[in-house]
Amino acid sequence: MKFIKFFLVGILFGIVMSKAEIISWYRIYEMFKFQSFHMYGFIGSAVMIGMVSMLLFRKKVVKTFEGQDIHITSKEKGLYRNLLGGTLFGFGWALAGACPGPMFVLIGKGVLPIVVVIFGATLGAFLYGLFKDKIPH
Amino acid sequence: MELIFQPWPWYVAGPLIAIVMFLLFYFGERFGVSSNLETFCSIGGAGKFVDYFKIDWKQNTWNLIFIAGAVVGGFIASHYLSIGDQVALNPQTVEDLAAIGIENAGATYLPDAIFSIETMLTFKGFLILLGAGIMVGFGARWAGGCTSGHAIVGLSNLELPSLISVIGFFIGGLVMTWFILPLIL
Repeated sequence: MKFIKFFLVGILFGIVMSKAEIISWYRIYEMFKFQSFHMYGFIGSAVMIGMVSMLLFRKKVVKTFEGQDIHITSKEKGLYRNLLGGTLFGFGWALAGACPGPMFVLIGKGVLPIVVVIFGATLGAFLYGLFKDKIPH
Repeated sequence: MELIFQPWPWYVAGPLIAIVMFLLFYFGERFGVSSNLETFCSIGGAGKFVDYFKIDWKQNTWNLIFIAGAVVGGFIASHYLSIGDQVALNPQTVEDLAAIGIENAGATYLPDAIFSIETMLTFKGFLILLGAGIMVGFGARWAGGCTSGHAIVGLSNLELPSLISVIGFFIGGLVMTWFILPLIL
């Protein structure tokens, strides 16, 4: 039962990503062509409000539902990993027109070929684990 | 009510995603979809080959439940909350896509040239889907996060690694969109 809340938040996520056309390949193409404000407004407004949330967490105004402080663990640093990994991710994002979240929403939409993309992404994560000591971070 | 069935504008969707992130923190977790890919590997037994995947994946169960919800959300939105499948793209985008062989852009959410079953069953079509996935998965784990973990959470938290990663996302995305897509489609 403790997981039902995550299921409900996931449903909200899926509905929003679908209704706002964030899961559309075309919207990603349009974004990278700088021909629409839609994606920038979407990410930008989420980040603006996200900043306020982070402030509330850090000032301990908002705690978890169990009353614990919310710690935001920082991402690992490393210029190569962020820049090179990010660039590789960008290639895939623009080609598939979907990042990991939308991939799952697209299953719900009934898009069978996205399963190949998700399989590829899982394989990609495996290959990263396999080669991680041989690539720069 | 009518408004729900129309496409939602960014100024509705962006704040709602901020609420999704807020709720996950409130429930004691952190928004980040691509870590599920590592969980899949661990569940699939990748720990037998690579120590990196020897993790107690059960602590990530909440995230698997979250993406299961995302699948259901996608189903609900497309079956019960939409009247059409059109995407109102910039006419210039439609023109640009026609020039590289993608006709009727925006008539549906996804181009048949990449996402139809027929395309998937061709060698080239399958390779594009698989290759795009591999780049997303490898890249996300290398960078330590994807659009959710870096662009939404990381930027909100003013983290430099996330800013660098997002710059990387755009370098890759721009090169793919402007130079590589016209060659391979």
